[in-house]
Amino acid sequence: MTDSGPPPERRPSDPSARKREARITGVGTSLRRAVVIPALAVLTALIIGGVIIALTDLDTLSVWGSDPMEALRLTLSGVGNAYKALLIGSVGSPRALTETLYAATPLILAGLAVAVGFQAGLFNIGVNGQMHIGGMAALWVGFSVALPGIIHIPLAIVAAMIGGAIWAGIAGLLKARTGAHEVITTIMLNFIALYLVDYVLTTSAFQAPGRNDPLSKPINPSAQFPTLGDFRVNIGFLIALAAVGFVWWLLYRSIIGFQFRAVGFNPDGGRYAGMNVAWVYVGVMAISGALAGVAGTTQVLGLEPYRGISGFAGTLGFDAIALALLGRSHPIGVLFAGLLFGALRAGGREMQGAAGIPVDLVLVLQALVIVFIAAPELVRAIYRIKTPEEETGVTISTGWGG
Amino acid sequence: MTSTAVTSEKSIDRRATSEERRATVIGVALVILAAFVFWVFGLGVESGVTSLFNLSLPGERFQDLAWEVNSRWLAFLVSAILAFLGGFVLRKSHLKRTNLALAIGLGLLALAFLTWAAAGNSFSLVGMLRSTVILSVAVTLGALTGLMCERVAVINIAIEGQLLTAAFVGTIMGSAWGIWAGLIGAMLTGAILGAVLAVLAIKFRVDQIIAGVVINIFALGLTSFLARRVLSEAQDLNTPGSFPSLKIPILGDIPVLGTMFFDHSMFVYATFILAIVLHLGFFYTRWGLRSRSVGEHPKAADTVGINVYRTRYRNVILGGVIAGFGGAFLTLSQVSRFEENLTAGIGFIGLAAMIFGRWMPLGALGAGLVFGFARALQQKLGILGTPIPSEFLSMTPYIVTIIVVAGVVGRSRPPAADGKPYIKE
Repeated sequence: MTDSGPPPERRPSDPSARKREARITGVGTSLRRAVVIPALAVLTALIIGGVIIALTDLDTLSVWGSDPMEALRLTLSGVGNAYKALLIGSVGSPRALTETLYAATPLILAGLAVAVGFQAGLFNIGVNGQMHIGGMAALWVGFSVALPGIIHIPLAIVAAMIGGAIWAGIAGLLKARTGAHEVITTIMLNFIALYLVDYVLTTSAFQAPGRNDPLSKPINPSAQFPTLGDFRVNIGFLIALAAVGFVWWLLYRSIIGFQFRAVGFNPDGGRYAGMNVAWVYVGVMAISGALAGVAGTTQVLGLEPYRGISGFAGTLGFDAIALALLGRSHPIGVLFAGLLFGALRAGGREMQGAAGIPVDLVLVLQALVIVFIAAPELVRAIYRIKTPEEETGVTISTGWGG
Repeated sequence: MTSTAVTSEKSIDRRATSEERRATVIGVALVILAAFVFWVFGLGVESGVTSLFNLSLPGERFQDLAWEVNSRWLAFLVSAILAFLGGFVLRKSHLKRTNLALAIGLGLLALAFLTWAAAGNSFSLVGMLRSTVILSVAVTLGALTGLMCERVAVINIAIEGQLLTAAFVGTIMGSAWGIWAGLIGAMLTGAILGAVLAVLAIKFRVDQIIAGVVINIFALGLTSFLARRVLSEAQDLNTPGSFPSLKIPILGDIPVLGTMFFDHSMFVYATFILAIVLHLGFFYTRWGLRSRSVGEHPKAADTVGINVYRTRYRNVILGGVIAGFGGAFLTLSQVSRFEENLTAGIGFIGLAAMIFGRWMPLGALGAGLVFGFARALQQKLGILGTPIPSEFLSMTPYIVTIIVVAGVVGRSRPPAADGKPYIKE
């Protein structure tokens, strides 16, 4: 049990396993197939969400016994109102549209971080931790120096990228050197980052004067993301768009990206072709972490009250996994998936306000979307779509720990 | 477990050297710790200052037990023992004892730390040890859940979601029909989520990590949604009551040990018994051998007539029952109320404990106690007012796990087929 020889190769090398793996992350799927299943997955999730809303409407449930027709009408109108609010809150007005873009910003960036990992066959489940570390680096740059915005904001973002890259790089380095599975190390690094943020925010270097709770000093206005008029959407969205372009270029037009995808497709092949697989793992994690770091900046420099708070990344790192799967790990796909989830977020707030449906429903919808994408047989069975080729399940991560 | 039988001569050589390398790392670490204890915990306190450890709680049979110790001299003693252990490990004459030396060293380090923290003060040692046991329960049950699944090669990172959902259902059913109904409801919930994981992982061959992430997100979303939408309206569904404390006669009156182990709700006893039973089950029964063979080499197991799928389904669902039990413990014993995201990462500490405990039930129990100790310590440190930030103690389980998976201090090895779907030919 205490044997610590060189890490055995955990990734399956046989082509069928590779093919299965590519199917879930969507690496290399055709456009039509990349759209049909995700669209049906979202539709099915919304239908099930409606059932959940109906089943938890205590007032209406009590009507079923006495007047079923009336209860049915109430149920349908309840669900209808909820989804109407969702629609109005996400695309119903110019303000709603900007709210959607605003909510989509961190999601797109974090989703890109996960997608880059998937493309190289790595599962970066630690985007949350990398967002926290990157965000803290940006925060520090944000309040400790005063510079013109045109220098200050890029400087803060670079700091965040370095922070996120280092945090993710630890997991990459551990995988490359010792074979420790990135899923375990990144889960653990998430929690370490969470507590580190709590600690750092209570040190005198970060804490707002006169406070006892983890709340940082305010960020200098020069480092705050400029907003579009009095809407909340800010320059972060443009940065996210630029990141989409960059990741597309990186993956499909650069030599590094080719190596990433080659190793993701078949590590043995990559090694045979002379690539340093260990360093590819470190590089992938570093780039993924840098993207996560940028996502972290949006939660600090682009969000009221422009201070660091405890656990500012929320569940974004996990939402990002859903996004990357929905977007089939393609940067453009992630962009659209991010916009969709952003719309759910923005609309979810309206739904909570106007229809009294807790915004947590969005998490449930998200989980359902991933299930249907990860198990396409479910969707095919529901909609009776023919199964293409030898369709089976999918595996990205086989075994761990080494 | 099975790898030793097929290890070639060459790899035996390599293992010897890697064990020696480990011994060097651990030996040097112990010597550094000895110096650290000497300087910080020894010379760091005034001479003559004492630490008072209270060894009894109010209401016990034996009152006013206490242990007063000279803080500085205890630190010197610990430092000397640590240095000795370091030298012992560095001699490399008993490589098999390396881990034992490390464990003793870390235990003594904890003692020296407590003495330093309580210098010139009194500290309820028995209170902390008691909360260590209580706080270890959910972690251990989580680890046992993970272990049940991973021993048959199904990765379960949905422990957190299973605990959370079970805690929620336990609260509602416990409030409506009493605590026993709550317990059964919680265990059923755990089993259902286990079955969902099993179907996704075994039938649909969904990536098991993704399946786990899905269940976690779903559990967090659904329980938060229902807590806000239903529990906020029906407050009386959030008062489940709790299982009473059952003090074991005679054993419960033993000073320190009685308070630590024999004066708890049935959840605590059940957890200890379960860990022992599972350990015996996995390593000394036919069921255990079959389960492990499915986890190590499913094809071989299939060849000799073991039904791989059925074994996996059964164990993953049973694991879910254990998680459900753990969830019930959270809301029907520890706190009698459900709150959003009540588990707050306990399931992941359980995952860490499973790895730290090397995929063994008794290892999981030990790891649960170690992590429970870290959490108990973290709660008490605030009272003592030490300069050590509690956040660093909160990080301990996660850092320890990274060190273990990285193989710096002995590698923890998962079942060989862990996470791989099995396709019957």
